[in-house]
Amino acid sequence: MRLAATGANGTRARAAASPSPLPRARAALLFASIVLLFAGLIGRSLYLQWIDNEFLQEQGSSRYSREIELPAHRGRIVDRYGEALAISTPVKSIWAFPAKVEATPEQLAALARLLETSPQALAKRLADAGDFIFLARQVPPEVADRIARLAIKGVNDQNEYRRFYPAGETMSHVLGFTGDRDAGQEGIELAQQEWLGGKPGSRRVIINRRGDAVEDVAAIRAPQAGRDLALAIDTRLQYLAFRELKAAVEANKAKAGGLVILDAESGEILALANWPTYNPNARNKVAREKMRNRALTDVFEPGSTMKPFAIAAALDVGKVRPDTIVQTAPGTMTIGGRTIHDAHANGALTVEQVIQKSSNVGAAKIALSLPSETMWKMLAESGFGTPPKTGFPGEVAGRLRPAKTWKPIEQATMAYGHGLSVNLVQLARAYTVFATDGELKPATLFKAGAPVAGRPVVKPETARAVRRMLEMAVQAGGTAPRAQVPGYRVGGKTGTAHKLEGRGYTNKYVSSFVGFAPVSQPRLVVAVMLDEPSAGQHYGGTVAAPVFSTVMGGALRMLGVPTDAPVGNVILPPPGAEIREET
Amino acid sequence: MVRLNLLLLAVLVGCALSLVTSRHQARKLFVELERERAATRGYETEYGQLQLEQSTWAMPARTEKIAREQLKMQMPGPGRVEIVPAGSPR
Repeated sequence: MRLAATGANGTRARAAASPSPLPRARAALLFASIVLLFAGLIGRSLYLQWIDNEFLQEQGSSRYSREIELPAHRGRIVDRYGEALAISTPVKSIWAFPAKVEATPEQLAALARLLETSPQALAKRLADAGDFIFLARQVPPEVADRIARLAIKGVNDQNEYRRFYPAGETMSHVLGFTGDRDAGQEGIELAQQEWLGGKPGSRRVIINRRGDAVEDVAAIRAPQAGRDLALAIDTRLQYLAFRELKAAVEANKAKAGGLVILDAESGEILALANWPTYNPNARNKVAREKMRNRALTDVFEPGSTMKPFAIAAALDVGKVRPDTIVQTAPGTMTIGGRTIHDAHANGALTVEQVIQKSSNVGAAKIALSLPSETMWKMLAESGFGTPPKTGFPGEVAGRLRPAKTWKPIEQATMAYGHGLSVNLVQLARAYTVFATDGELKPATLFKAGAPVAGRPVVKPETARAVRRMLEMAVQAGGTAPRAQVPGYRVGGKTGTAHKLEGRGYTNKYVSSFVGFAPVSQPRLVVAVMLDEPSAGQHYGGTVAAPVFSTVMGGALRMLGVPTDAPVGNVILPPPGAEIREET
Repeated sequence: MVRLNLLLLAVLVGCALSLVTSRHQARKLFVELERERAATRGYETEYGQLQLEQSTWAMPARTEKIAREQLKMQMPGPGRVEIVPAGSPR
């Protein structure tokens, strides 16, 4: 202001001295406009300094400081012994702005060699691309470093993580996989995203002329690495289960198959195998169909594997005893206009023999002697009709209709596993009722830290009686002698169910076997299911039982479970004398 | 008065120089710290890769393949297994 004032005085002085003085008004106008201009400048600078300062501050700080992202890696998934099943390791992706790439022919040739392509192909890709192109996704850090050393203008890299699955196809259904930015997309990876995923941090640093950090400014936001997750899976058992399931599916030309191994004492899922499967490390062209974890997300009508539940319900309320006689002759029974068949007529059977020979008529008669509520309660308490809550996303509940809606024929067919649907894990889990003294164990995919309490479903005497019947079913005279395991007493039940398609039953089958061992103190429950075996055999006793035998034998040996029978305990009936069952 | 001023000037110059050296030291140490941090990240990466490698080599599928094909091993049949009951003298 002082400057302006002096200027004005000067003008006035000159105006007084000169012969032709400027008009006073012009001087004042000039003065006013200069003052206004200065005021404008001062106003603008105040505005930039105090109000709209963001842009300039950003520009300033970008000249000397930089925000660096601190990556946080995703937690590992390990098996029950700490063996890694899923690990993320840093990789780099190479990208370029094609318009800005300046490379000599030698540089281009070297880059092509590192990217394992030809210089011509690389040049073509660059020419065809738009503004931005990924030259290579997820290359090893060493290769990325060598590319960076070529110092080609316009070619850059970025840090990424890639998830690797050492177990490959044997465990892909349980683990699932991750998608973009290493976030869970399927399976446990999806369900446990919150636990496994890391939160990247950041820090602001002052950089020097070369772009190296020289000083930290402001506080560092520390990255939070993802946590490791221990599954209940035992890698060795999983492999055994997978290998045997695959062999059985191929030998029987089945469409699909599943196998579950449960720890009878804790309910932990030690192995869960599915076929068909896929390799999670190279899944670019895998059909969604193969990615389904059928053992948890698909249901089927279980067939005769349900008979022990109807029998257990009757035993538990004291309606029958194991030696009560049930007349099953003539091998058929008509209820409400529909007829139930036995595979062959048996005559009078004890309740034990109904299970051993897998008689549909016997099971139906016993079931019909019960109020529908009692049978429904038994099935519901054994976990049917509710999702097994293993921690896997998308598991299904299966179908168990309320008892009030049951017609007598339905109650009869449900006794041998038709008219309701289950998934394989539910079925295996339900058998923990017989493998323990009547307790249903929670099935879980996660390693249990402490012993797990079950929920009592039936009386201990009932569970023991059914266990004895199930042991009879695998001995000579039962439906599944091929399920026997050398050195161990085993118990279990076959299932051979006609598949329901549209409105009626077809001549396609689901063959299954569920059992436990050693009977003296059960440690494992194994459930096997083969969908549409079509190599001539379809009975659960000939298709699924041998798989059970191999897997159960191998698993007990691997776990070091003491034997409870002499090695020569396996007695197979002569060829042709095997007892078969249908449903 | 002049002597006091000279003394204070000397102290001031001393302080200024020590500030410069300590800044320089701090920068040098920071660069070193950065280098070590980069090395840590490198080792973490390597650790992850080694874990992956170990896990891949140890997969039962591979073990079995080598046992069967290279070492010509096989499962003993039931007739060739003898079970020693727990607690027996042998």
